[in-house]
Amino acid sequence: MPPHPVTELSPIFGRLSLASLPLHEPILIATFAAVAVGGAALLGALTYFRVWGYLWKEWFTSVDHKKIGIMYMILGLVMFLRGFADAIMMRLQQAMAFGGSEGYLNAHHYDQVFTAHGVIMIFFVAMPLVTGIMNYVVPLQIGARDVSFPFLNNFSFWMTTSGAVLVMVSLFIGEFARTGWLAYPPLSGIGYSPEVGVDYYIWGLQVAGVGTTLSGINLIATIVKLRAPGMSMMKLPVFTWTSLCTNVLIVASFPVLTAVLALLSLDRYVGTNFFTNDFGGSPMMYVNLIWIWGHPEVYILILPLFGVFSEVTSTFSDKRLFGYTSMVYATLVITILSYVVWLHHFFTMGSGASVNSFFGITTMVISIPTGAKLFNWLFTMYRGRIRFEPPMMWTIAFMLTFTVGGMTGVLLAVPPADFVLHNSLFLIAHFHNVIIGGVLFGLFAAINYWWPKAFGFKLDEFWGKVSFWFWVVGFWFAFMPLYILGLMGVTRRMRVFDDPSLQIWFVIAAFGAVLIAAGIGAMLVQFYVSFRKRDQLRDVTGDPWGGRTLEWATSSPPPEYNFAFTPVVHDLDAWYDMKRRNAARPLEGFRPIHMPRGTGTGVILAGLSTAFGFAMVWYIWWLAAISFVGILVVAIGHTFNYKRDFHIPAETVAATEAERTRALAATGA
Amino acid sequence: MSSITMNPSANPADAPIAFYDLDEHDHPDGGSTMLGFWIYLMSDCLIFAILFACYGVLGGNYAAGPSPRDLFDLPLVALNTSMLLFSSITYGFAMLAMAKGRTRDTLVWLAITGLFGAAFLGIELYEFAHLIHEGATPQRSAFLSAFFTLVGTHGLHVTFGIVWLVTLMIQVGRKGLIPANQRRLMCLSLFWHFLDVIWIGVFTFVYLMGMLR
Repeated sequence: MPPHPVTELSPIFGRLSLASLPLHEPILIATFAAVAVGGAALLGALTYFRVWGYLWKEWFTSVDHKKIGIMYMILGLVMFLRGFADAIMMRLQQAMAFGGSEGYLNAHHYDQVFTAHGVIMIFFVAMPLVTGIMNYVVPLQIGARDVSFPFLNNFSFWMTTSGAVLVMVSLFIGEFARTGWLAYPPLSGIGYSPEVGVDYYIWGLQVAGVGTTLSGINLIATIVKLRAPGMSMMKLPVFTWTSLCTNVLIVASFPVLTAVLALLSLDRYVGTNFFTNDFGGSPMMYVNLIWIWGHPEVYILILPLFGVFSEVTSTFSDKRLFGYTSMVYATLVITILSYVVWLHHFFTMGSGASVNSFFGITTMVISIPTGAKLFNWLFTMYRGRIRFEPPMMWTIAFMLTFTVGGMTGVLLAVPPADFVLHNSLFLIAHFHNVIIGGVLFGLFAAINYWWPKAFGFKLDEFWGKVSFWFWVVGFWFAFMPLYILGLMGVTRRMRVFDDPSLQIWFVIAAFGAVLIAAGIGAMLVQFYVSFRKRDQLRDVTGDPWGGRTLEWATSSPPPEYNFAFTPVVHDLDAWYDMKRRNAARPLEGFRPIHMPRGTGTGVILAGLSTAFGFAMVWYIWWLAAISFVGILVVAIGHTFNYKRDFHIPAETVAATEAERTRALAATGA
Repeated sequence: MSSITMNPSANPADAPIAFYDLDEHDHPDGGSTMLGFWIYLMSDCLIFAILFACYGVLGGNYAAGPSPRDLFDLPLVALNTSMLLFSSITYGFAMLAMAKGRTRDTLVWLAITGLFGAAFLGIELYEFAHLIHEGATPQRSAFLSAFFTLVGTHGLHVTFGIVWLVTLMIQVGRKGLIPANQRRLMCLSLFWHFLDVIWIGVFTFVYLMGMLR
């Protein structure tokens, strides 16, 4: 693709023209056709069943943290399918492209695929899923009725969605970055990447980043300010603790990403020289800055899942968590250490022996608190009455898988070893080992664990186990060959190979990816089957697992106000303590409950941001100007609305609670 | 951080432990706002930290172009700085007037603050125009890229601060000093003084120490 000279700019369409549509890529045409047909069918169905009004009123404009949490999960799962499609395309290409074969993906397309895979999986799968779980569970665990800033919460979600939309649009209009997921300059500079791909990357991440940062601020304020009476910091459920640390990391690292991407855009749009090769610019500055964000980011992803594993292990072992205090301090130590290891991502880039040793040692030190956590989980299980239901199965798979991934990480932390393994498939295997084995397995544990809370029925166990085994076995088949290939010196991001003896390993890896595809399929079937069998799987107690924390004290799904009366906490396992001492659920004396009111401002602002990002990508300056002014006007206009709350009448609360009383009585619980 | 767990047997039998807050009252609105806004400011502070870091690393890369000594006009910057410092003082007076419940005085002080802010921006824009006219553009060297971005980002913040200030003046004019408006004025106060602190860093590290280079 030739670079678009500035002289070609159309005043109306910027650099967007018919030539920008990827009409020469049959794969993309077919994908577009499928998406168009599927999308039209979905929109048609929504219109036919007349649910638009319901969706707009009850979901899109809702400020209820539970609904926003579920919307985050849906966003993450949809984007997961896209990210996985990229993954299986790569595995197929690499399994085919041997002995002179070029495979089926040209370089232009393949480079976009591996970039999009990384960007989507981190920013638009892992982040929304983690944020979704935190959004849903944290307020319930601390006995709150919502987050501190409910409107901001809705806005954050839509900004994340807006970023995802921009990335998805790049599939069919223009192209995505071909730079790898962190877009190092000078490759991502205007000289080497003059097309729109990197701009899509920048604006997609900037728009989503606003949402992520605000949601981080929101959850910190929520955890600090809205805990139930009696819940001192050392009585916080572990999941809430890890969420707190994660959100501290978000607030303390995403601004760095925002700043560094802003500087990269200045280089690209204005012609400044931050990361250029000439006029005194320093590409290394970018590499340092992006990893100062990037390393804390991996702990942002994993810490909440450490919390999930703690909750699941203790619940399914029917024991109090072993070493709560050490768990909290281990989390804090990891939070702090995650800031002093970033250089291990580029040991080979000329920092010298002393600097490398410092960062090598700090990296290895992180394995100590992490190891402490692992032993805590093991000791929690020791002599526990373990129930092997899906959440617990994922947790045990995590313990085995993550430990292997952690140990290969310690290997990579040794600078001399890293000089051999840097940028090899060994690294790829390592981080998939910890991200799939840690983050993804944790999310699956969380989904299985909290699904009954969100929807009032359990997930089907049979299909859950089918999914589990396909996933776990598939993971080992898909990534162990990459360790071996990496040790043999195969580097990442390769499209074709010369040495035919390597092919078998890529074929095994592709087979693993197919098993994972079956695991994903089984999970979708699990959702469908569970929905069909929801009456059989129904849980009216609100506490299907014998839970220990406050989210299990209310009904499933919880009423809009979460708790008719705010619980008072006396023990770390607050709900377990209440059950043990037969705390009676109050049946009368209900009062009106003060709640935030829904608003469409978040959707409108995010829509304008999407238009702004798109306009900036394509140099459509008039649209950029209009949408920017629109954002300001809508945001300021929103501040003139002072009536942002309402009261749920006491009668409504009483009626809702009476219904729960009847349901409980009917089951004899 | 007390970790004392309540022992049920230690309680007198006639005083059962409360597990629910039965006598709950509405929480006042905006109880988290100041904390949340403070955290936001810290995240903003990090953006400035990155810009300062870039200036620290790239600030000596003149690429055979002009250096601070060739460009900066300290008396002008001193005047500029005084505008911003005065605006902080007058914002303080606005807050004092707010504490006494004097709506009109609050508005007057806010207006004066806005004027000082606008004067600061005017001088900064004049300085920028002058530099660019001399050929010291942001594209000329990494030093100038970092300089314009750091100072310009601060200027953009002041611009948004003024927009916000005008918005709040309208809202206070309409609704008076109701609690919601007081909270908003407190937030803008934090923001405004925060920009002052950042500027002191800019003045020291960019201008004063630049002249020493």
